[in-house]
Amino acid sequence: MSLLEVDDVVVQFGGVTAVDHASFVAEAGRITGLIGPNGAGKTTCFNVISGLQRPTHGKVRFDGRAITRLPVHRRSRRGMGRTFQRLEAFGSLTVRDNVRVARDIHRGLAGLLRPASADVDGLLERVGIAEYAGERADSIPTGVARLLELARCLAADPKLLLLDEPSSGLDESETDAFGELLAALAAEGRAILMVEHDMDLVMSVCDDIHVLDFGRVIASGPPAVIRADAAVQKAYLGYSDEAPAGDPSPADLTREMEAIRA
Amino acid sequence: MSSILSFTILGLFTGAAYAIAASGLVLTYTTTRVFNIAHGAFGMVMAFTFWDFSQRQGMPTWLALVLVLGVVAPGAGWFVQRFVTRGLGEGPVSVSLVVTVGLFVGLIGLAQYIWPPAPRTVPPFLAEEGVNLGGTYVTAHQIITIALSAVVAFALYALLNRTRVGTAMRASVDNPVLLQLFGGKPDLVASLSWAIGISLAALAGILLTPVIGLNYYDLTLLVINAYAAAMLGRLKSLPLTFVGAMGLGILQSFAVAYLPSEGNLAGLRAVVPALFLFVVIVAMPQAQLRIGQVKGIVSAPLPTLTKSLGWGAGLLVAVALLTVAMGDADLLLVGTAATYAMVMLSLVLLTGYGGHVSLAQFTFAGVGALAYAKLDEPNLVGLFLAAGIAAVVGALVALPVLRLTGLYLALSTLAFGVLMDKMVFQADFAFGYNGTLRAQRLSVLGREFSSTGGYVLVMTVFFVLMALTLLLLRRGVIGRVLIAMRDSPAACGTLGLDMRWFRVGLFGLSAGMAGLAGGLFAGLRGTIGAADFQLFNSLPLLLLAVVCGVTSVTGAAMGGVGLMLLPVLQSSRPELAGLVFAVLGFGAVALGRDPNGLANLVFGLGRRLDRRFGDRVRAAVPVLPLPGHRVEDDSATAVPLAETLGGPLSSPVPGSVLIVPEGEPVPGHLDPAHQSQEEVPAHVAP
Repeated sequence: MSLLEVDDVVVQFGGVTAVDHASFVAEAGRITGLIGPNGAGKTTCFNVISGLQRPTHGKVRFDGRAITRLPVHRRSRRGMGRTFQRLEAFGSLTVRDNVRVARDIHRGLAGLLRPASADVDGLLERVGIAEYAGERADSIPTGVARLLELARCLAADPKLLLLDEPSSGLDESETDAFGELLAALAAEGRAILMVEHDMDLVMSVCDDIHVLDFGRVIASGPPAVIRADAAVQKAYLGYSDEAPAGDPSPADLTREMEAIRA
Repeated sequence: MSSILSFTILGLFTGAAYAIAASGLVLTYTTTRVFNIAHGAFGMVMAFTFWDFSQRQGMPTWLALVLVLGVVAPGAGWFVQRFVTRGLGEGPVSVSLVVTVGLFVGLIGLAQYIWPPAPRTVPPFLAEEGVNLGGTYVTAHQIITIALSAVVAFALYALLNRTRVGTAMRASVDNPVLLQLFGGKPDLVASLSWAIGISLAALAGILLTPVIGLNYYDLTLLVINAYAAAMLGRLKSLPLTFVGAMGLGILQSFAVAYLPSEGNLAGLRAVVPALFLFVVIVAMPQAQLRIGQVKGIVSAPLPTLTKSLGWGAGLLVAVALLTVAMGDADLLLVGTAATYAMVMLSLVLLTGYGGHVSLAQFTFAGVGALAYAKLDEPNLVGLFLAAGIAAVVGALVALPVLRLTGLYLALSTLAFGVLMDKMVFQADFAFGYNGTLRAQRLSVLGREFSSTGGYVLVMTVFFVLMALTLLLLRRGVIGRVLIAMRDSPAACGTLGLDMRWFRVGLFGLSAGMAGLAGGLFAGLRGTIGAADFQLFNSLPLLLLAVVCGVTSVTGAAMGGVGLMLLPVLQSSRPELAGLVFAVLGFGAVALGRDPNGLANLVFGLGRRLDRRFGDRVRAAVPVLPLPGHRVEDDSATAVPLAETLGGPLSSPVPGSVLIVPEGEPVPGHLDPAHQSQEEVPAHVAP
């Protein structure tokens, strides 16, 4: 049984269907990518999983139990942590205090009585932002703030990490280091589900990938399979009627994509 | 049988007026996300204006109606939206609440200034007319009101569903920025909805005046009835709002008809809207956490422990000198200021640190005072018991709102204040109708303080201790969690914090602090009554706290003195009584956007003086064992950033409502505009 199972979830906002019968899983010890074009419903899926959005239909199971109706904080207590695409750092606290608060909350009443700070600096070190420890969180660069949100999650030692575009705002070498960090976190047995637009990162670190388009899961599988999937290429590159006859060959696409990149 | 019919018709009449007011409230709230607490106050001022036009100046009724509903009220609505409440919807709820409370108080003051207290009557429309309906006489005024509510309902439906601007109004509820991108004009939509909203408040006020009379407070409290009705439609649905309004009207009418007018239940008739509100709130489903950082709040620097101790000692010495120099009458004022300052400290905890607003903090002080007087244990045990009782009451008020967000909590405190004012405080088991209770002065560990000077000194000691405790709390775990909750509720939730119970606890603690102040105040005065703790006193308290700085202990001390001076000022120049409130209210409208208030200006001045002369002074003075000037660690490293830019900066965050004071960091890097790369087109790797 997978650690996280999203089962036939539908989310409707008024007349708009943001997520349309989506089902996918994330396994412990593996990095799972959730990709898709703009507005595909990735962040909405995250909100459903973490409890910030109630699904119109469908179930979410975590660690063998149904959590569809569980409030946000109870899911966190069961071992779920998430970061936000639109940053949610505690702006008027320092970077260190951001993580310290997370630690205190995780420890509950014990934390209220005897706050611990020793491991907080260790966490900042681990995600590589120790040098910013004393700065106010609303004055640090976006990339650092994303890493801060990750460190804040880790303070609660979660089994599942939901990372919403964690690498945007990082430069190339920082992204490489971040990839290694993800691998190390997965090696500790954590499940990582990540929404990400940096395809190099996704293809190099993810063990499994689910592709969303218009709220539907159009493909699932390891990177090699996803890369070759015709439906995925159509969703990303918009080939449909304009294509002269049939689907373009993968080789054509590869050339085309390299051209776009250049 | 006919009495049931006649009370039903009476209920339908008041319900129709509530429906008109409530639909205006819903319209302004849904389109601009600003809950207008001054909605009833606008209705009140417009009813006075109508009286002025039709009775004092002798205009024909129709002309006065057209002028008020077609020119003055929409003009006021447009003006307020344009210059006062614009952009507040995206900011913290506490800010928009404070600003509209400022309007509320300011409008009452304005009405008192323009139309000093005097008996005034507004005759009903077509006073002589009416029809006999199954043995019950129905006045033309009642028929007109019920018919007008139907017209308003139909017109609003047509406006929202059948016109372009109505579609834009509905769109701006969801996303004003997107509306703008598609060529809509959110500002125009917002102005229009406020113009219509205030006109509807005016219409409701004018229709109700012949029945409930023309006075400053009853019509102002109409906002609670309107809010209660609108809650049934969750502040969104107009049809449900109409249902709620009619139901409330009939309920109220039956309460008047069938509830006893004597004994302890007599007060129940006056609080039907408040009770209705609590019932609806308890039945509301769990609110979703709002994603999105609350931007724009900057906290005033936290002094070091040594510095706080130094200032505390300084304050004690100053008050001790005053007790020697002053007579008892003046010392009573000093004691009153200390009471107010302590109540404001409770707001520093609740509003400054926690980001929640209480509109009835004096009511909690009253609970404390009542408990202290009733317990008749003039010692520390009695005082802390009284504070504990106030804390429990505060937690009970927050409990029904457990599952909802900050706005509802604040509005519930308003309803709670009315409940206590009209039902509990005046009951025989409490102060009694126009009655007072005697309270003994506190003795500490067997030592009595019979002289006013000595007692005032004790009160100051309590203030200093409370302030130090608060600062200690702010430095510790609880303080950090409070700030975190204020900055991002969604992140706190995903980190595992159950904010509901934390909030109840916070509210209880704050009420307990106010209750402690109330107990001490009872001892100071010797006799206390319901008039000392009226709901309407809580609003200037909140405003002064915010104007002086609700994020700092210094602000509370300044605010306490200021609030004590208000009635002194009023009694020395009675003709300016209303003006004082108008100035305070509209001053809060101007300054309410910055919760750090005047205290922060003082801190800024201190920092500037320190930069300018600090080194010279320190060089001249032999080495002190005190640590150097240090801003609290939360903001320490960020200060140089702003200093390099120099001068007061306005926040660069679009839609952010607060001015970032000098010496505070600019929250630039979390600007959503900086995250526009969030959904960059992806490419599949080859």
